[in-house]
Amino acid sequence: MILVAAALVIWALGWGLNLTLARDGVAETRAAQIGVPVIFGITLLLMWELIVRGLNVPGVILPPPSAVAAAFAKNGHILWQDFVQTILKGALSGYIIGCAAGFVAGIFAARSDFLRRGLLPVGNFAAALPIVGTAPILVMWFGFDWQSKAAVVTVMVFFPMLVNTVAGLAEPTAMQRDLMHTYAAGGWQSLRKLDLPAAMPFVFNGLKISTTLALIGAIVAEFFGSPTVGMGFRISTSVGQLALDMVWAEIVVAALAGSAFFGLVALVEKWVTFWHPSQRG
Amino acid sequence: MKSLLAILSVVLVILAIWYVAAVPMNIAGSLTQAERGGMEVNPPGAAERRDISGWVLAANNPQAIPLTWAEKRPVLPAPHQVAVELWETTVLKKVTSKRSLVYHAWVTLSATLLGFAIGTGLGIVLAVGIVHSKVMDMSVMPWAIVSQTIPIIALAPMIIVVLYSIGVQGIIPKAVISAYLSFFPVVVGMVKGLRSPDRMQTDLMHTYNASKTSTFWKLRLPSSLPYLFASLKVGIAASLVGAIVGELPTGARAGLGARLLAGSYYGQTVQIWSALFAAAILASVLVGIVSMTERNVLRKMGLAR
Repeated sequence: MILVAAALVIWALGWGLNLTLARDGVAETRAAQIGVPVIFGITLLLMWELIVRGLNVPGVILPPPSAVAAAFAKNGHILWQDFVQTILKGALSGYIIGCAAGFVAGIFAARSDFLRRGLLPVGNFAAALPIVGTAPILVMWFGFDWQSKAAVVTVMVFFPMLVNTVAGLAEPTAMQRDLMHTYAAGGWQSLRKLDLPAAMPFVFNGLKISTTLALIGAIVAEFFGSPTVGMGFRISTSVGQLALDMVWAEIVVAALAGSAFFGLVALVEKWVTFWHPSQRG
Repeated sequence: MKSLLAILSVVLVILAIWYVAAVPMNIAGSLTQAERGGMEVNPPGAAERRDISGWVLAANNPQAIPLTWAEKRPVLPAPHQVAVELWETTVLKKVTSKRSLVYHAWVTLSATLLGFAIGTGLGIVLAVGIVHSKVMDMSVMPWAIVSQTIPIIALAPMIIVVLYSIGVQGIIPKAVISAYLSFFPVVVGMVKGLRSPDRMQTDLMHTYNASKTSTFWKLRLPSSLPYLFASLKVGIAASLVGAIVGELPTGARAGLGARLLAGSYYGQTVQIWSALFAAAILASVLVGIVSMTERNVLRKMGLAR
């Protein structure tokens, strides 16, 4: 009971600290902008730890963060292998193939009005579908190893990428096109100097949406069959063994990988589309 | 009209590619069966054909091509096989039958809708809190945004098993997964929407001496609706994916995810494809309903673009 009371005290302390940090004058500083969410996160972790220990929640229902950290440290080698198998081999290769294919298909579709009218609704329709459901089929076709995961990811990221590329290439105004025309720019030149740069904010939007989709696809596809390595495999087998600390450790890896992946793409976006209003802030 | 023609031709091209692709993918299996049935096959013997590509086999045995579109367990079922299976398992079977896709779709749909309702409700409540409390905004909002970049669906198997071990089963665990998948898009979209009134509009409310409550009901909530609907469309699609994935880890007996899993265990490709298409149809109907509501509501409120 003491631990639970301590958790409530910590909650009050953390919230009080955040309240002072969120006052006018302080809240605008960079330290407060970063500090407040960090304090909130730490408070939640401490409360989780104390309440789980205080109420004696069994580890097969909710392990405390310390147990998760211990599992993370102890199984570093396994987690690394799973990371390589699922993220680097499955998700990343599928992401690159799918995004490249979607981008190229988008460029072609945008050149013809007929194709754009036909492909965009179909692409939008497909982008909203539960494409994860193709996983059992693709696992059957490409086998249990990472190739089938890459295939699932390719299919998942293709349509968002296609739709965003086509939308981006429609961005230049008639005025801008006329300007290219007065420069006597050829099709390739105006594509390279006008259309592609103008499409970049949309393309990066597609790339960012696709990062999450890629991880989802790679992990979920492993639920339908995988070699004895991989994050989805580890999650489903560890759940079966009720080793929930290991499951949470995998989820930590997935969270870190997901935000790092997204952050990387956002960084490249900042560098490529530095001219866009949303980046100049 | 012109768009319809374009869409139709794209769909037709896809169907044509599908039929053509089914030939090399299925031909090996078809030839083995045809040979057993006494048909002249070139080259004879399944072992001989193992290393020959599907295209070559198809070119050597044009008489077997129609068979590739009518196999029982094809690698890639032809479109009409999927359509027939869909028709048989939805219209011709009784809805209460375990083999009816309508039954399985309903199992998934009920979890999706319950989860979607919970997730949307909680998301709106949290968004209102975030907009009205600066400290909540600063502490919760960054986490809500970060959570969009991580594959939270990885939590699904654990949620199912943990809830099962404390005695909760059936529709609730799946609904929980659907709820948290639709929760974060709604929070992020709704916060954006509740903040969308510009300075001029909030100043006007100020000159009317409007209280915080009436500003919320008369200005912030109405102007958030376009953003809310955009999030709802993302949310309901995510909810459906959540419910389907939620059926995988425990080997659930009913639901579209269970059909996918059972199909992949027993090599029933036609069943997988028909479940996949049922899920696709369900997703598009759900998104369509949200869009239709959006259009009607926004038109009634004078917000239609």
